[in-house]
Amino acid sequence: MLGIYDALIAPFTEFEFMRRALAGVIALALGGAPIGVFLMLRRMSLVGDAMAHAILPGAAIGFLISGLNLFAMTFGGLIAGFAVAILAGIVARITELKEDASLAAFYLVSLALGVTIVSIKGTNIDLLHVLFGNILAMDDQTLLVIAFNATVTLIVLAVIYRPLVIECVDPVFLRTVSRAGAPAHLAFLALVVINLVNGFHALGTLLAVGLMILPASIAKFWSRDITGMICIAVAGAIVSGYAGLVLSFQTKVPSGPAIILVTAVLYVLSILFGKVGGLIRMMFPGKHLEA
Amino acid sequence: MTATNQWRLCVLAICAATATLMAIMPLRAQEKIQIVASFSILGDFAKNVGGDRVNVTTLVGPNSDVHVYTPAPADAKKIADARLVIINGLGLEGWLPRLVQSSGSKAAIVTATTNITPRKFGAHVDPHAWQNIANAKTYVANISKALSEAAPADAEFFRSNAEAYRTKLDALDEEIRLWTAQIPPEQRKVISTHDAFGYFSSAYGLVFVAPLGVSTESEASARDIASIITQIKTQKIPAVFLENISDPRLISRIAAETGANIGGTLYSDSLTDEKGDAPTYIDMVRHNIRVMRNALAGVTLRR
Repeated sequence: MLGIYDALIAPFTEFEFMRRALAGVIALALGGAPIGVFLMLRRMSLVGDAMAHAILPGAAIGFLISGLNLFAMTFGGLIAGFAVAILAGIVARITELKEDASLAAFYLVSLALGVTIVSIKGTNIDLLHVLFGNILAMDDQTLLVIAFNATVTLIVLAVIYRPLVIECVDPVFLRTVSRAGAPAHLAFLALVVINLVNGFHALGTLLAVGLMILPASIAKFWSRDITGMICIAVAGAIVSGYAGLVLSFQTKVPSGPAIILVTAVLYVLSILFGKVGGLIRMMFPGKHLEA
Repeated sequence: MTATNQWRLCVLAICAATATLMAIMPLRAQEKIQIVASFSILGDFAKNVGGDRVNVTTLVGPNSDVHVYTPAPADAKKIADARLVIINGLGLEGWLPRLVQSSGSKAAIVTATTNITPRKFGAHVDPHAWQNIANAKTYVANISKALSEAAPADAEFFRSNAEAYRTKLDALDEEIRLWTAQIPPEQRKVISTHDAFGYFSSAYGLVFVAPLGVSTESEASARDIASIITQIKTQKIPAVFLENISDPRLISRIAAETGANIGGTLYSDSLTDEKGDAPTYIDMVRHNIRVMRNALAGVTLRR
């Protein structure tokens, strides 16, 4: 009994940085996982990754202008992300080009611009290492920014929930009954950007996307309705965050990768044993109910 | 008539000036040996030995991290134009051999750590040999030898420069021992961001602990941070230090959690620009030991 306490609880009671890391991961999960579910339902899972690349240069520019200033970097990242999302959305709506193609084009432009600006300025500190936080180094500021962003995400998501869900399942129907589709879509893209910036602050590097997309993919194997999926995704993300931190504490694996690796294990288990479309379920379907 | 004469004179003067310039320029270019140093500390050594007979460019400039540097085409060009390329070796500049190959350079590569016995971490060697002054003197000797081979006519000049610089290093060594002696022995413990002071530690008897490994490339695990925090608490280590090339947030977190002071910034792998605390190697070492002494001996910084 004591062994279990030492392994699972003691790291958090003993060290403040572990408690802060856990708080950060939970905030991240609450905001990011629902966004991940919608991204998945709209077949935009990879958009998250593309947007992450688009955000990186903005944050880098913020860093170059005002040093290691959380707000400058967040602001830079948000601007770059919004600019790419909105431009891509506009191009997709007024031209023949599909949204994914225009997004790919804009994020590459953003990335190239960012790299160019950074090299002209001539710093050679590895930006990925310096720019983005470490889950183990959560200061008050970072924690507040993450919690604030998660709160905003949940509130906005509540407001645009209906049009967003309808657009996921039947966009044509939505267009016939309401004009909320376009604004909801834009607001949603904005939320994607906000949560990616959040993830950067906490997990560092591009792993940020992991805590958004993987829990959503896990949820898909356990529930058929959106509410269920969102709940399972959030729970999955929180569990992985906690287990990842414990894993990193007990085995010396770096924390960011540890968290994502735990989600990956849950994902594989879900593929195998998932209630909805899991491999084992499909191979050995349960008995039909007989009257 | 006078106006025309003046005009002619002008043309003549310009012609003469151009001719002189053209005569001088290639000569000058031949005179100075073009040297490329992989990072700022080596560049400083080379400047001290070479004086005005050499032209030193560094690839990884001030306040930048040599462990994870990504070379640009301009760097390949610098190397292609160089007579000598000075590197640290011991695995510090993993990116450099390919750069030299691809630049098609005929430059001689000088490994500044030749004849230095490296510290070992299991299978890895610690590249930060310059943190021990005795090693720095070997660096200087190696660079002086390489310069003399490249320009035998100036060998005497390089030798006397190196000699003068080594005298300065000896004085610096004395100074470090003096400052270290002012720190009570039980307080000679330092926490810094990456493990760069191993040579310094074994030469001058301060114990260093760092959350990141020998290279800034590694990422810390929760276990590492926890063990450092425990260590600071149990051994009552008074101060932690930042570095100019690593993320300060992790060390700030550790300081906040243990109540240790942030003693200041240490410079390990990179000098600063002219206005900074450590524009030269000697300034760097002097700055480091003063910051450590002031933080560990419980005296407030004068600056």
